[in-house]
Amino acid sequence: MKSTLARRIVAAGFKGFYRNRTVSLSSIFILTVTLSIITSFYFFRAVFDYTLDQVRQKVDVKIYFTTDATDDQISDIQSKLLGLPQVKSVVYTTKEQALADFKDRHGGDQLTIQALDELGNNPFGASLSVLAKDPSQYEAIAQQVSSDSGLLKESQSAIDKINYYQLKDSIDKLNSIIGWTNTVGFWLSVIFILMSCMIVYNTIRLAIFVYRDEIAVMKLVGASNWYIRGPFLVEAMLYGLVATILTLIMFYPATMWLTKKTVFFFEGMNIHTYYTEHFFALFGLLLLSGVLLAVISSLFAVRKYLKI
Amino acid sequence: MIYFDKVTKEYDNGVKVLEDVSLTVNKGELVSIVGHSGAGKTTLIKLLLAEEDPTEGTVSFHSDNISTLRGKDMTNYRRKVGVVFQDFRLIPNKTAYENVAFAMEAAGRHDDEIKEDVPHVLDLVDLKSKFNHFPHQLSGGEQQRVAIARAIINRPEIIIADEPTGNLDPLNTYDIVQILKKINDLGTTVILTTHNKGIVDNLGRRVITMENGKIIRDQKTGKFSM
Repeated sequence: MKSTLARRIVAAGFKGFYRNRTVSLSSIFILTVTLSIITSFYFFRAVFDYTLDQVRQKVDVKIYFTTDATDDQISDIQSKLLGLPQVKSVVYTTKEQALADFKDRHGGDQLTIQALDELGNNPFGASLSVLAKDPSQYEAIAQQVSSDSGLLKESQSAIDKINYYQLKDSIDKLNSIIGWTNTVGFWLSVIFILMSCMIVYNTIRLAIFVYRDEIAVMKLVGASNWYIRGPFLVEAMLYGLVATILTLIMFYPATMWLTKKTVFFFEGMNIHTYYTEHFFALFGLLLLSGVLLAVISSLFAVRKYLKI
Repeated sequence: MIYFDKVTKEYDNGVKVLEDVSLTVNKGELVSIVGHSGAGKTTLIKLLLAEEDPTEGTVSFHSDNISTLRGKDMTNYRRKVGVVFQDFRLIPNKTAYENVAFAMEAAGRHDDEIKEDVPHVLDLVDLKSKFNHFPHQLSGGEQQRVAIARAIINRPEIIIADEPTGNLDPLNTYDIVQILKKINDLGTTVILTTHNKGIVDNLGRRVITMENGKIIRDQKTGKFSM
């Protein structure tokens, strides 16, 4: 019996979706606009996170070694640093590489290169670039590295200087920007979600308002609340599904076009590749949002007319 | 079968549309309720359909107080009552067949029963050739016949017809009254509200006359008089 009723509800939902084409199309249109806003926001967050990540990667703590520090000492320090939970990576630059980098940077400055050659030996020490998992962790890493009782107390003699304290202001600024954007991002998401809910709810409420007399008649001929509500929920699910597909189709060429326009601006981020790589995640997010928004709106909208 | 016991209905704005109404309708009766507009006929029907609750008194179906029915009990009660409205109230995006079948589907009847009963009942109301027509493709008289078919398809104990001929021409009015009479002859109780003198005089059955929310006359085999 229950399966027969379920089959009838699903069939009625599909029939209603097809027969009430004008209502279905307008609901799908609004839902597609709403899902497009959500998708745009999804991409905006991705681009923003990517750009911030790029900035983060440019900030590191550098440990400069004295010129007489041995490779063994440096390797030992490198492995100790890699053992720290806050550390993402440690890049070793040899003395020779440091000299070569300096020459590259000052290739056009003959006076400096000449002065360097007159020295006769390599004045540069090796260095380690420490990248933290999160910029807020640089201070903790710097403390562990620089304090006499810290991680590197046995190797302090090999360390010339640590640049964290020169970079501290920049790192603090970056941390504050990240914190601020996360807060703003969170509230923007909340506002977007609320706006989407209101737009979709009002559209579906208007669509169901058209059927208020029918709902009353269905009640009077002995239909249960679920038998009346069911087809509207099936229709709402179809609105969500179709709107999701339309949104994904629209964003395929849109992301291609955007990539061409922004690939240099966003530090090399390819929005179209991001779209294809995250297609199923985006599909899931949009389907869930679209269906939930439409179904919850339908539930509330129909409930009002079932009270007879 | 149906009992109105000292029923009063007063709206929030203080307007009293029914006052101290008591009446009994027995099984198998055909009762016409007549009266001017605003006499309280439609409110009486709304109370019977549980669209409204009485302010005072009780409306009962057998031993059940209708206004206390909730959920499944209310749904089951409504399946025992067939209803026909002046404005037909068919579901616009369903065909004649689907409108009638809807009442059976909602009651959880089997597909085989539906396939057998719906054509039979549509045939009874002379709409065999218009199964697949949507309401907007049917005349007023045909729409009302679909509404009657929908009302009787679940073999209800009672048919309530609220001004069923109000929007129809004389020929269709005659047809609809004949159908209601036939339904009553087969044992179903029929309650009919009307303005139409011709219908009441032609039926020659019980007539209840209402005025200003009160029953002023209840005749066993009455004629239309106000």
